[in-house]
Amino acid sequence: MKLIYTDSLVVGAGLAGLRVAIASKERGLDTLVLSLIPAKRSHSAAAQGGMQASLGNTVKGMGDDEDIHFQDTVKGSDWGCDQDVARMFAHCAPKAVRELANWGVPWTRITEGPRQVVVNAEKVTIEEAKEAHGLINARDFGGTKKWRTCYTADGTGHSLLYAVDNKAISMDIPVHERVEALAIIHDGKRCHGVVARCLVTGELRAYIGKSTTIATGGYGRIYEVSTNAIICEGIGQALALETGVAKLGNMEAVQFHPTAIVPVGILTTEGCRGDGGLLRDKDGHRFMPDYEPEKKELASRDVVSRRMTEHMRKGKGVDSPYGPHLWLDITLLGRKHVETNLREVKEICENFLGIDPAKEWIPVRPTQHYSMGGIRTDKTGQNPQLKGLFSVGEAACWDMHGFNRLGGNSLAETVVGGMIIGKYVADFCQENSLEIDTNLAESFVDKVRDEIDDLIEGGGTESPFVLRKEMQRIMMDYVGIFRNGIELDKAVSELQGLLERSRDIGLKCSKRHANPELVEALRVKRMIKVALTVACGAAARTESRGAHAREDFPQRNDKDWLNRTLSSWPDENALSPELSYEQLDVMKMELPPGYRGYGIDNAITHPDTEKREQEIADIISELGEDADRYQRQNAIMPYEVPKALQPKNERLSDNLTESGECVEKVGETVE
Amino acid sequence: MSQIETKGRTLTFNIFRYDPQEVGDKPKMVKYQIEETPGMTVFIALNMLREHQDTSLQFDFVCRAGICGSCAMVINGFPTLACRTLTKNYPKGEITLMPLPGFELIGDLSVNTGKFMRELAERLKLWLHPMSEDADVHRLEIPMSPQEAAKLYELERCVECGVCVSACATKQMRETFVGAVGMMKLARFELDSRDSRSTEDFYHVIGNQDGVFGCMTLLGCQDNCPKDLPHMQQIAYLRRKMAMAQF
Repeated sequence: MKLIYTDSLVVGAGLAGLRVAIASKERGLDTLVLSLIPAKRSHSAAAQGGMQASLGNTVKGMGDDEDIHFQDTVKGSDWGCDQDVARMFAHCAPKAVRELANWGVPWTRITEGPRQVVVNAEKVTIEEAKEAHGLINARDFGGTKKWRTCYTADGTGHSLLYAVDNKAISMDIPVHERVEALAIIHDGKRCHGVVARCLVTGELRAYIGKSTTIATGGYGRIYEVSTNAIICEGIGQALALETGVAKLGNMEAVQFHPTAIVPVGILTTEGCRGDGGLLRDKDGHRFMPDYEPEKKELASRDVVSRRMTEHMRKGKGVDSPYGPHLWLDITLLGRKHVETNLREVKEICENFLGIDPAKEWIPVRPTQHYSMGGIRTDKTGQNPQLKGLFSVGEAACWDMHGFNRLGGNSLAETVVGGMIIGKYVADFCQENSLEIDTNLAESFVDKVRDEIDDLIEGGGTESPFVLRKEMQRIMMDYVGIFRNGIELDKAVSELQGLLERSRDIGLKCSKRHANPELVEALRVKRMIKVALTVACGAAARTESRGAHAREDFPQRNDKDWLNRTLSSWPDENALSPELSYEQLDVMKMELPPGYRGYGIDNAITHPDTEKREQEIADIISELGEDADRYQRQNAIMPYEVPKALQPKNERLSDNLTESGECVEKVGETVE
Repeated sequence: MSQIETKGRTLTFNIFRYDPQEVGDKPKMVKYQIEETPGMTVFIALNMLREHQDTSLQFDFVCRAGICGSCAMVINGFPTLACRTLTKNYPKGEITLMPLPGFELIGDLSVNTGKFMRELAERLKLWLHPMSEDADVHRLEIPMSPQEAAKLYELERCVECGVCVSACATKQMRETFVGAVGMMKLARFELDSRDSRSTEDFYHVIGNQDGVFGCMTLLGCQDNCPKDLPHMQQIAYLRRKMAMAQF
């Protein structure tokens, strides 16, 4: 048996994984990263629009701070998130942006003086402060009170990933490329590492670490059409699930992005709408103000996606051979803006649609985009069931997103979560010793080898490609934007049928080294289980919250469902996961459940909400008027971050005395 | 319209096949036929071929959106990204696919560009060398000229696909030549006001035959770069800078 050991083992070389690896190496720990692909090809690179951090440099972001970012995040999550985690995140986001500037990210900067922008289809002139010149700029995104999304044109993920991977290379952190983790090595209480297969030679290896961090991204590819890279297949979540011990959180919370191009499902950034782009129907009518008069195109993603679907169901979609779609109009932003700030979008439109988006409208449709659910962790990123198993980024349910993630908060989570959890991982590695149980490791390697033998020699008859297609169709048809009990039950029973069939896969190609069919088979078996956690969780949750919208239960029900779904798979022969629930405690919330600001307020309230609101009012009045916002926050909901990240964030507004008022001149209407 | 014109065409793919790990296997070209669908890309076609005709066919795709740089291959003689290559651009319906030259072959159309790029980054030290290591992340960031930031992003759009390396005649003759990708990245750091390296430092890395003075200016890099990066301009800029350097 090939055995490789390290202190901090990281699975996945996207932004979150690399950031944890860097934090480990900074502490002098031996660190090793496994990746399916070269690190710089990770799906983090696809994040276009930017990352949220309350720097408040631009005039449209003035007055922004951690409090407002926190509130936007909690509201965006439809009160499903962990508020402590949302606080930790909002506090550290500005630090991560500034750290990345030191690592080479060429953040788009502010130019002092007047600048023309498009807000609500009108050309508006804003005046940037002299003191803000050269500081990091921000753009508008959906569901946020301030312009808070820091960016580098529309290639933010690319710039961040390159800077962070370059940093990792400079620190000599090894990345074992073209290696796929297939099982977690554990004894029921403690995680010891993973069994991984080299995708080139087929060699099976046991990688042992003090800590094992899963940073493998989301599970978008269980759907037929997704904006996700084709490697975002939920294998990290499946590995945790297959331990039978570790639990996944909120797997039914799946986000659909409003504007992916039709038919291929490639993303066009929310920055298109943030910068002033509009959604139009088949008549060219701008329909979002009809549904959401206040937020319009910049309502939260789940809201916009549902409104678009509703509108298409009314027959207002544009017919195409691939079904109806709507239009995204960025022509009003002008060619110069499109060619500088939205140039990746422009390239995508040219190459995949053959259109010029500075002149023509882009065909778009809501498309699977993000996995809020993932491997459940505590605030330090550690899984509560398996000691030494950590998870970070989209792979995890650290839970700052609850049931809907704000645009710009996922790219932010990778580097902010990685920064925070990286320190906890390093602490763990320093406090724990390496335990190498070769018998245990060997037993897990043998199990994977048996699985491969069975696929190649077992005489099975099912095709992994066929099973995948069927799974993806079921998820598209029955577990989409709008859900109902009948279809969800159908999804569950059909997926169970597929799971049974997946035990009888047989391969045409019997190579044990580089064999794409074998890779497909090993993945699809695991993906079907992940799909079942999504479908079962959705079927059981009889309410609507964030991206989980039940036609048969349209109300958010805080009384019965203010909780987090946990799923595990204790019996490997079972056909469905075991569900349990973790209550969210209203009495500990800084922001008790309230109205999110979209549509009618029909939530069924939690009995503690009023009590907690009163308690918070009492705390504030007791503190008196002299208390600052930090003292108030600390009195209501104290939270912790690692010591090095505790200092307050300095802002331009701290240094400005009289300037900083927002100068706005409304100009001509361009619609 | 174009979709109707191309509907139902039968495409012929000639694909390079070779598995270096399979004892006795020899490189060969294999012909496959497939019915074209509207909007078909080489990404879609290759996946259909793998699913329906030969499950052992090796190729690399990740983002399938032209941004990750995984899928560069030689298509009818030109190196480019396969994921965003539309089959309708080939009027004869014959498409020949070869792996990217200049890189270690893993099998069929899959080559190890990752290993190459990591080694290049280590050799040329392709990361920001900041002026000071102890920047305070809690304080206001250091201002940067907005024009400089925009310019840096322009040069940073390289996706390390390897097309410039495979299209470079100098690289074919000189194994150690850093290629356009190496020079583009160095030019990016040379331009970055946050980087502490001097002209002399850069000279030691590329002021030689493996760097700017090795380039024969045939500019296959410029002609084929899928991101339209200004290779010619950057190589000329670096060469001028290095030629004028006085230590």
